[in-house]
Amino acid sequence: MRSYVPAYELRAPQSLEAALELLEREPDVWRPLAGGTDLMVLFEAGKLTHRKFLSIWKLSELKGVEVTPEHVTLGALTTYTQVQAHAVLQREFPLLCQAARETGGIATQNRGTLAGNIVNGSPAADSPPALLVYDAQIELVSARGSRWVPYQGFHTGYKTMVLRPEEIIRRIRLPRTKQGWRQYYRKVGTRKAQAISKVCFAGSAQMQHNTIRDIRMALGSVAPIVLRCARTEAALRSQKVSAGAFAAAKEVLAQEITPIDDMRSTAAYRLRVAQNLLEEFLLQLQNNGGDESHRGLAAAES
Amino acid sequence: MKKHLIGRPVPRKEGRAKVTGQARYVDDLVFPGMLYGATVRSRVPRGRIKGISFGEGIPWHEFTIVTAKDIPGENYVALIAHDQPYLADGAVNHSEEPVVLLAHPEKYLLEEARRAVQLEIEALRPTFTIEDSLNKKEIIWGEDNLFKSYSVEKGNVDEVWARADFIVEGEYRTGAQEQLYIETNGMIAVAIPEKGVTVWGSMQCPYYVHKALMALFGLPADKVRVIQSETGGGFGGKEEYPSMIAGHAALLAWKSGKPVKIIYDRAEDMAATTKRHPSRTRHRTAVSKDGKLLGMEIDFVIDGGAYTTLSPVVLSRGTIHAPGPYFCPNVRIRSRAVATNAPPHGAFRGFGAPQSIFALERHLNRVARAIGLTPEEFRRRNFIQPGQTTATGQVIRENVNMNHLLERALVLSDYHAKTARFARENSGQRRKKGMGFASFMHGAGFTGSGEQYLASVVELEATPQGRVRVLAASTEIGQGTNTIFSQIAADALGLDYDSIEILKPDTASVPNSGPTVASRTCMVVGKLVEAAALGLQQTLVGSGYLPEGYTPAGFERACKRYIESHGPLKSSSQYQPPPGIHWDDATYYGDAYGTYAWAVYVAEVTVDTVTFEIEVNDFVAVQEVGKVIHPVLAAGQIEGGVAQAIGYALYENVVWNEGRMFNSQMTNYIMPTAVDVPPIRVFFEELPYSYGPAGAKGLGELPMDGAAPAIVNAIENATGVSIHHIPVMPESLMEALAVTEKAVERA
Repeated sequence: MRSYVPAYELRAPQSLEAALELLEREPDVWRPLAGGTDLMVLFEAGKLTHRKFLSIWKLSELKGVEVTPEHVTLGALTTYTQVQAHAVLQREFPLLCQAARETGGIATQNRGTLAGNIVNGSPAADSPPALLVYDAQIELVSARGSRWVPYQGFHTGYKTMVLRPEEIIRRIRLPRTKQGWRQYYRKVGTRKAQAISKVCFAGSAQMQHNTIRDIRMALGSVAPIVLRCARTEAALRSQKVSAGAFAAAKEVLAQEITPIDDMRSTAAYRLRVAQNLLEEFLLQLQNNGGDESHRGLAAAES
Repeated sequence: MKKHLIGRPVPRKEGRAKVTGQARYVDDLVFPGMLYGATVRSRVPRGRIKGISFGEGIPWHEFTIVTAKDIPGENYVALIAHDQPYLADGAVNHSEEPVVLLAHPEKYLLEEARRAVQLEIEALRPTFTIEDSLNKKEIIWGEDNLFKSYSVEKGNVDEVWARADFIVEGEYRTGAQEQLYIETNGMIAVAIPEKGVTVWGSMQCPYYVHKALMALFGLPADKVRVIQSETGGGFGGKEEYPSMIAGHAALLAWKSGKPVKIIYDRAEDMAATTKRHPSRTRHRTAVSKDGKLLGMEIDFVIDGGAYTTLSPVVLSRGTIHAPGPYFCPNVRIRSRAVATNAPPHGAFRGFGAPQSIFALERHLNRVARAIGLTPEEFRRRNFIQPGQTTATGQVIRENVNMNHLLERALVLSDYHAKTARFARENSGQRRKKGMGFASFMHGAGFTGSGEQYLASVVELEATPQGRVRVLAASTEIGQGTNTIFSQIAADALGLDYDSIEILKPDTASVPNSGPTVASRTCMVVGKLVEAAALGLQQTLVGSGYLPEGYTPAGFERACKRYIESHGPLKSSSQYQPPPGIHWDDATYYGDAYGTYAWAVYVAEVTVDTVTFEIEVNDFVAVQEVGKVIHPVLAAGQIEGGVAQAIGYALYENVVWNEGRMFNSQMTNYIMPTAVDVPPIRVFFEELPYSYGPAGAKGLGELPMDGAAPAIVNAIENATGVSIHHIPVMPESLMEALAVTEKAVERA
């Protein structure tokens, strides 16, 4: 343990209201701590530069999953384990369940939360690609009120986001509008489990016969933020699935993503694999579901 | 008198203590008034120390601070050469070089203090690669950057090239690898100038630490005491480095007058302690058109890092294993261990052999392809046979049958049917499957005259209650020393398993049975346990107290009567080389090892051409290891070694940044998990070896040698791409496939 423990301060307010008041009073001083699965790693390594934390782990206002005819709304503190166990999510949002299943180990899945995964701001996070594909909206709350923002556009750059210092995420809302869409998720990590993504791909498409009526695609670990690939989507929308459309889309994708070399992988690998995953996704659309035995194909039509 | 324990999976001797949490590892030990120690490291790969300053905001007066000038004896880690300082004094030669030691009662404050020490170091140009070191771009060690070189000559290799039908050349590389024992390195020291130095800690070789501390403090043998605490794995990583940590803890204890504990966290352990030597091997091979090896020229180079440490011996084993289990009339091997400005590389299961065997077993597949034979047929024509000689002129006296091992491995893995099916089905598939194998051997015990120099001793002592204690410095590090010694002693004496006690290695009370390395504990030290046990029995029989066909109760009566009349009942045994063994260090000629374990391993892999991920789907390990003493522990050694070798082949990539390990965390140094490792199917052949206990040979390192080439051969079988380095990361496989695709397009 390389951190000097006495240098850190932790407060644990008993209500959301109290937590928001503290944030309002001393913005930028207190940083929320949820499951701690990212922060504790930095703490252990002596690399946690921020010193004052506000534990929100016990706040019941940030928990629970609510299902209405229009939406499934997840409390900010919904853990990966809870995501995997939820019947409606399993049925209608399989990409999110798969992302949760492939994040960390069981201990991390028990502690790690969706909102924590979002605000940690890692471009290699596993659940954000699925949230982008599902057109997620997030509710930001402060002592002064709350606002809903689309998740797309939430991240403004590497580790920067529209969240203000006095705000926290309260809920994440998934519109139940993707019934009948084909879905694909594949995380390419450094090994099969307990791995950080080198490339992560989530895709969903609404097909009419052989034509892509509508499509969503988001990739992790290929840009400073988890990236919704709107230009590649546009290149595919209303196209018939064909080798020509695939090739064109792969070219657009190459222009749209900006992968880098780092400790885990190379820019060249990330680009090539991102294109290959796009092709695998599109082949699956063409093949009407494709090879079900393949582990990458989380296809679920509802 | 019954013999019933050898060959049976008796419970581990210390298993109960481990699973119930009773076992005490070094970090479980707390001494009154104990301080914690920390190491300030150079952070510069090569340079001169100009100054040390202590930053503000730290109560330095509360700290014990040690630098090179505080060393009472010699400032080197006594091992082979005396070039590695305990604390840098003037020059630094790698980025993790210890410069200052700190101790304080509060370990978290210690970390703050470590960060506040500033070293002013004038940087010199460093050397990081084997090539730069060989080319003497900078002279960073000695006169020529060479820690050691060997040359092996058999026949006349210069004459074969003209008459060879085929000449095949290749270059192969292997990367560093971290041992990743579960328990990180740690030591506690009590050191009082008038009394001496005592250390407790995690280690493989108590007498190595003992020797190093004697030199460091200028103390006689009886003033230094080294006690092994329960040890959570070693794999070679606790062969030499514990001498460093023990010295550091003892220096702090010496100066402060208090017990000092130093425990490395995982990041420090990964970055600063030894790893497997990276290597480069070049092969030039002459073959006749009927597929017989005519000549082999092998150039083997390992990167030793900044100091000599064990590199000469690692190089020796790698050199001797480089020609593999084949007969070749003309062989020349030139090998060198070079200096670079990386932390010293050291012992790791296999000890040089995994490097040179990877090169050979990849190369022979290329040779086979060049002459139009299958890999298995080419090997069949060249396997060494009883009566033939190895590259060092050792005559194979045992009934080695590599052909049989190969046949069995191929049948068990369904090799022929699967290669045929994969060849049919792979085309057009995104997931391509392949089969590969490797044939190899591993010499048990120290190389050459090493065991004679060690002259190991084991002692047994009987109590009046008829219990027998084994006194040896051989350590239990998770591999089963305590268990197999108990089996061997109990069977030799016809006693129950529980009648045998293994004394904790403590240099004040156990004789030097040598280091716990080199697959020697069972075969060499186990044989001494057996001999000492028989000596004990003979003493009792000879004195008339023990009748023929005695029972355990009879044994107890005999012990009691003997001790009452004659005093302590002890028996010791010292290593004697098997008859007919000769080795010449000067010419590097003769019997390199008393015996070898022999093996053929087969891997089945799938390569995903979408993501370039490689998975091992099935693994068959067939080996001849002499008598298997404990089937569960032996199979566990093979399974663990293969899993570790899968990491070596496919996952474990040390990322270097200016001579420092960049990915020194388990989140980014990727070792395979349970889901990345296939079922490992282990099969033993048992040809008893006359000079091992009950016929046993060494087996602990063997599984590390063959898995990587088997896997990379399987990747070639799946994709048609010949890869010449490990680890094979998806990124490098992608590049290799792209090169092949381009070549196909051009053709």
